[in-house]
Amino acid sequence: MTDTSKSELRPTGETKTANAPSAGGAASILGDIRLWSVIGLVALLIIPHYVYPVMVAKVLCFALFAAAFNLLLGFAGLLSFGHAAFFGMSAYITGYCLQTLGFSAELGILAGTASGALLGLVMGLLAIRRQGIYFAMITLALAQMVYFVALQAPFTGGEDGLQGVPRRDLFGVIDMSSNMNVYYLVLGVFCIGLFIIYRTVHSPFGQVLKSIRENEPRAISLGYDADRYKLLAFVISAALSGMAGSTKVMIFQLASLTDVQWQMSGEVVLMAVLGGIGTMLGPLVGAAIIITLQNELAQIGSVSTIVQGAVFVFCVLAFRRGIVGEIKHRWQIWRGRS
Amino acid sequence: MDFLGVPFPVFAGQLLIGLINGAFYAVLSLGLALIFGLLNIVNFAHGALYMVGAFVAFLLLDILGIGYWPALILSPIIVGAFGMVIERFLLRPIADLDHLYGLLLTFGLALLLEGFFRQMYGVSGETYAIPDALQGVFNLGFMFLPVYRAWVIVAAIIVCGATWFLIEQTRLGATMRAAVENADLVRAFGVNVPLLVTLTYGLGVALAAFAGVLAAPIYSVNPLMGSNIIIVVFAIVVIGGLGSIKGAIISGFLLGLCEGLTRVYYPEASNIVIFVVMAIVLVVRPAGLFGKTA
Repeated sequence: MTDTSKSELRPTGETKTANAPSAGGAASILGDIRLWSVIGLVALLIIPHYVYPVMVAKVLCFALFAAAFNLLLGFAGLLSFGHAAFFGMSAYITGYCLQTLGFSAELGILAGTASGALLGLVMGLLAIRRQGIYFAMITLALAQMVYFVALQAPFTGGEDGLQGVPRRDLFGVIDMSSNMNVYYLVLGVFCIGLFIIYRTVHSPFGQVLKSIRENEPRAISLGYDADRYKLLAFVISAALSGMAGSTKVMIFQLASLTDVQWQMSGEVVLMAVLGGIGTMLGPLVGAAIIITLQNELAQIGSVSTIVQGAVFVFCVLAFRRGIVGEIKHRWQIWRGRS
Repeated sequence: MDFLGVPFPVFAGQLLIGLINGAFYAVLSLGLALIFGLLNIVNFAHGALYMVGAFVAFLLLDILGIGYWPALILSPIIVGAFGMVIERFLLRPIADLDHLYGLLLTFGLALLLEGFFRQMYGVSGETYAIPDALQGVFNLGFMFLPVYRAWVIVAAIIVCGATWFLIEQTRLGATMRAAVENADLVRAFGVNVPLLVTLTYGLGVALAAFAGVLAAPIYSVNPLMGSNIIIVVFAIVVIGGLGSIKGAIISGFLLGLCEGLTRVYYPEASNIVIFVVMAIVLVVRPAGLFGKTA
């Protein structure tokens, strides 16, 4: 059992519940989720009063990004190396809408989300034509194309990016100029995004996705149009990544080439892998750790890149469940014993 | 003298640059195809190892005073040995897992290597002089062809041809192809397949390092040179398919030329033309030009 869960990119312990879904187990997990989300939400409401709110908002922004990526890798088994395209392009679109078109905050974020979905549809249509490592290479290549477009297109500001993007009022009435207000906006967007992911995973659609991940030919033979499911998952993931990119503009008032570069795609992969592929909270933990790490190491040149590479290698060699996955695994063993 | 709407020297000059880029694409995608054949992973660290190859040549000259020609042999050997260590101690433990893990691991390696050299040498790059024997230009009448650039194309063709010969015409190559088809069966015949896998990875990596040494005098020796080129090579590999040696070589050169042509007629798109071709190929022929199955 441990061997199968090790050999595939699948969330830990899921094999167990998938084989013997017990009503009691499901209920207690649901209870856990409700309890923990309330505790988590209260903590997130309080934290910015003690920690610099922009910092926590950045973590939430990347946590949403990583969770959106994880929806694809953890629950559909698709490894995308091009998610920076959605994140970065949406950041540009939102920035442009706020700066040049004078959109209010919520419309800017919606525009960013929509453009993420649209770009996801186009890239997804191409990428799902191949599988496995080809899928990863295609998404990477298409994202690089988006990068070059961002470098040359007139509305992105080229090397400078979009700077000093105004924080427009939310709904035209709620003032967004203070960091604290922006934090609560980001928290709201984060909660909406995470709720969408949770509902997607725990829906019949999510179950079909899992079945495709486990055995695609079989899912097809059961009558599921695997490509359509994969495409829809890709679009949802891209849209939510776009939403994360939009909030990034609200936080930093900046959209730049770093957001569309391949390094950004790698970072989000790392956050998901470190936190735990296919877990709900893993991306949040992974994002918090990586962001803190980058902040601490920012002064010493390229050390942050080296450390990220080392963490990647370590996770793949010895820590494939990720932090949250490992905790979940231990917990299940412990519960199984008692 | 105009040719297809542009002055012929301009046309030929861009085509030459395209051919040179194509030479690097071909050698790199050849290495990727070799590694993919036996290990079933895409070596994300390939670009980084190409960069390391260039740096080893630079360091050999800078520290030990060893020149270009020995470096052309030594650097691939050193980097190839390094690659074999990577295969033996990092890739083999995860060989039985989902192949996506191999991809993630080599991506991490690429970050490590790039970060290390960036930390040591900055991003501005180091220059590497063209060796004396390859200085100067050929006057072709309609254009000047720098000797070194001609050498790059010739060297790439020789190396590609030699690799093709090794795989297709020798006993070792036959064993490797058999191991690609059915590793267990070949193992049952008493062939040391794990050693073969290690050697193959070493060979693929050595090819990347060779390309790195070739590139050193043309582009500056730069920690970022690998990541810039490898994504394009991935697109080429998607276009050509990883299934065949010949396919990798041909599509490398072809797409280099294609890029050169675009630079003549629509320079703004020259950065993205290969990705556009990839998108078109995915729509028209999803398995790739030389691929058999999706």
